Amino acid sequence: MLSKKMLSILTTTVLSVGFVAGCGSNSTSGEDKGSNVIKIATQSPLSGGSATLGEAIKLGAQLALDEEKDTFKKLGYKLQLVPYDDQGDPKKGVANAQLIGSDKAVYGVIGHLNSGVTIPSSETYEKYSIPMISPASTATDVTDRKLKTVNRIVARDDFQGPAGAEYAVKELKAKNIFVIQDKTAYGQGLADAFKNAAEKEGAKIVGFEGITVGEKDFNGVLNQVSKEKPDLVYFGGLYAEGGLLIKQARDKGITAKFMGGDGLDSSTLVDIAGDAVKDTYLTSVAGDASKTQFAKDYEKKFNKKVESYSVYGYDSMKVMLQGIQKAIEDNDKKLPSHEAVRDAVRGIKEYKGELTQVGFDEKGDNKYAKIFIYKFDAPSYPAKLEGEISQ
Amino acid sequence: MFAHIIQTLPQVLIDGLTLGAVYAIIALGYTMVYGILELINFAHGEIFMSGAFIGTAILIGLTGVGWIAAFPAVVTLILVLLITSVATGFLGMGIERVAYRPLRKSSKLITLITAIGMSFLLQDFVRFITELKNGNYIVNTPSLFSGKVSVSASSLSSSFDDATFKVTFIVVLIVALCLMIGLEIFVNRTKWGMAMRAVAQDPDTASLMSINVNKVISLTFFIGSALGGATGVLFALHYGTIDPYIGFILGLKAFTAAVLGGIGNIRGAMFGGLMLGILEMFAAANLSTITGNVLGAEYKDVFAFAILILVLIFKPEGLFGKAVTEKV
Repeated sequence: MLSKKMLSILTTTVLSVGFVAGCGSNSTSGEDKGSNVIKIATQSPLSGGSATLGEAIKLGAQLALDEEKDTFKKLGYKLQLVPYDDQGDPKKGVANAQLIGSDKAVYGVIGHLNSGVTIPSSETYEKYSIPMISPASTATDVTDRKLKTVNRIVARDDFQGPAGAEYAVKELKAKNIFVIQDKTAYGQGLADAFKNAAEKEGAKIVGFEGITVGEKDFNGVLNQVSKEKPDLVYFGGLYAEGGLLIKQARDKGITAKFMGGDGLDSSTLVDIAGDAVKDTYLTSVAGDASKTQFAKDYEKKFNKKVESYSVYGYDSMKVMLQGIQKAIEDNDKKLPSHEAVRDAVRGIKEYKGELTQVGFDEKGDNKYAKIFIYKFDAPSYPAKLEGEISQ
Repeated sequence: MFAHIIQTLPQVLIDGLTLGAVYAIIALGYTMVYGILELINFAHGEIFMSGAFIGTAILIGLTGVGWIAAFPAVVTLILVLLITSVATGFLGMGIERVAYRPLRKSSKLITLITAIGMSFLLQDFVRFITELKNGNYIVNTPSLFSGKVSVSASSLSSSFDDATFKVTFIVVLIVALCLMIGLEIFVNRTKWGMAMRAVAQDPDTASLMSINVNKVISLTFFIGSALGGATGVLFALHYGTIDPYIGFILGLKAFTAAVLGGIGNIRGAMFGGLMLGILEMFAAANLSTITGNVLGAEYKDVFAFAILILVLIFKPEGLFGKAVTEKV
C-alpha cells in the first residue's frame, strides 16, 4: 500500500516538474523571438570517421555566416551559428534534429554530410518547416521524397555513378571492371548506378563484392580481384576503407586503376594510401576550390587547408541566408514565418556561388550541379582535375 | 569451381594466417582472464588498440630522431615491442585495480558493464589525444619492414597460383608464435604459472596455501594485456593504418575465437584464432564462387559465425575445452 502511495506521489511530482519545465522552455523561445536572433544550425560529423569532411562543412558555413553578419545587422537581426555533431550516425542526427526543431529561433540547417543521416533527419525538419540545404548528400532518395524543406547543391548519385562509368569506359578504356562497395546507403547506391551505366557502355563487370565498414583487412576481396585481373576497380564507399583497399591492393601487386566517388575525396585518403594512391581516379561532386579567394580567406581565418566540401558549406550558407533575407524583406522587415523562409529558399533560381551556380528545381536538386573527375598522379591532395561533366 | 578455389588457396592461406595470428594472440588475453576470474574483459580489445597507438607513437618518435635508419629493424622492433607491452601491461593492471577488483564480489553482470564502460573510456581517451596532435584520428604507422616475398606455389603443383606476401607477415607470425610458446611455458613450467593455475581452480583454497590471490590476478592482467599490446604493435606494422576503433571488431572476433577453442583454454584460443582467420579469408575470397554470386564477400562474417554456432551446438565446450566443471 505504502509503495503504491509513494509511486503516485512520485508520478505526480515528475509530471508537475515536467509541466513547469515545458512552460519554461516555451517562455525562453518567446524571448528569443523578441531579441531578433536568427540561428542557423549546421549538422555534420565533427567526430568519428568522417570528421575531416564534417568539420570542413561547418567551417565553410561559419565563414559565410560571419561575412553576412553586417548585412543582417542593418536589417535589425543578429545571426548566430549553432553547430551540431551528427557523428555520421542517423540516430544522433535525428536526435539533434529534434533539438533544432524545438528551438524556434533556428531558421535553417546546413547539412548533413552522409545521405544515410540526411534522409531520416529531414523528416523532422519537414515537420517543423525548417529548410535544409545539404552541401554533400548525393543519394537519390534525399530529394526524391519531394519534401518541401530538403535542398542540396551537389549532384545526385544517379548522375555521379554514370558520369564515372562514362569516363572509365570511354576515356580510360576499361573493359573488365571489378566493383566493390561498403553496403551503406551511399556506397551501394553509387556502386549500383556505376555498374548499370558501365554495362550499358559495354564494359564487363567481373565482380561485385561488399566489404564491412570498420574492418582493416580486405585481402579476401582483393584475392578475388587479383584472380579476375580487371582493368579497373571501382569502389563505392568512404576514404577510411578506400585508402586501405588501395594500399593493400598495391601491396598484393594489383596494378589495375582505381576509381571511386566523392567519398574518397579527402586528404586523409592520401595519408592512408601514401604512394599507392597513384593511378587512382575519383568522381566528385565537389570542384577544386583551392585557387579561389574563398580558400585564401578560409586558410587565413581557420589556419587549415580547404577540404572538398568547405566551399559547399560556404555556398550553402550563402544561399540559405539569401533566402532568409528575401523572406524578411517580403515581410516588411518583420521576422518571417518558417514556412515563408522555406519557400524563399526553394525559390532561389539563380545564385552565383563561389564555386557553383545554384538554382533549385521543384524537388530541391541543384540544376547547375556538375561532376568533376580527378586523378592522383602523386601522393598529394588535392588531386589533378581531369575534366568536368555537366548535367 | 574447385580449380578456382584451389588456385587461390596459397594466397588465401597466407592472408588468413596473418589475420588469424592477430586474432589468436588477442584471444589469449580473453582466455587467460576468463580462466582465472570467469570474467570476460571486454576492455581487452581497447588495450590492444592502445598498444597499437603506443607502438606507433614510439615509432614516429624514433623516426624523428633518425633511429630507424641507424639501427637494424629487428632491434627497433624488439625495443618497441618491449616498451609497448610493459606499458599496456600496466594499463591492464590499472584497469583491473580500478574497475574490476572493487566489484569482484558483486555479480558477473556488473563487472561486464564496467568492462564495456572501460572500453568506451579508452576509445575516446585515445581519440582525444590523437586528435589533439593530428586533428584527425586515423594514424599511419611508419613502416619498419618493407619488401615483398613471392612464393612460387605454382612450381609445387600446377593447380596453384603464385602467392605474394609482405615481410611483415613473417614478422607477425614469428612474434605471435614466440609469444604463444612463451606463455605456454610460463603457465605450465614456472611457479607463478602454477599459482595462476591454482587460483583458476579455486581462489579460496589457493589463498589458504599462501598464494597471494590479488597478486596473481594482477599478474594475469599484466601478461594478458602485455600480449594484447604487443599484438597491437604487430597489427600496426602489418596494416599500416590504425584508428581508436580497431579494438571493437577485432576484440569481438578474438573473443569468438576464444569461445571456439574453448574459453579458458590457452591452446584452444590459439587454434580458434588461426581457424577463424583462415575461415574468414577463405569465405571472403570464395563465397561468391561457391554460391554462384548469390552471396558475396560481405557475408564472410556470417559464414564464420555460422560455423562457430555449429561447433558450439555439437561441442558446446569448444574444440579444446573439457566438458567438466574445472575451469582451466
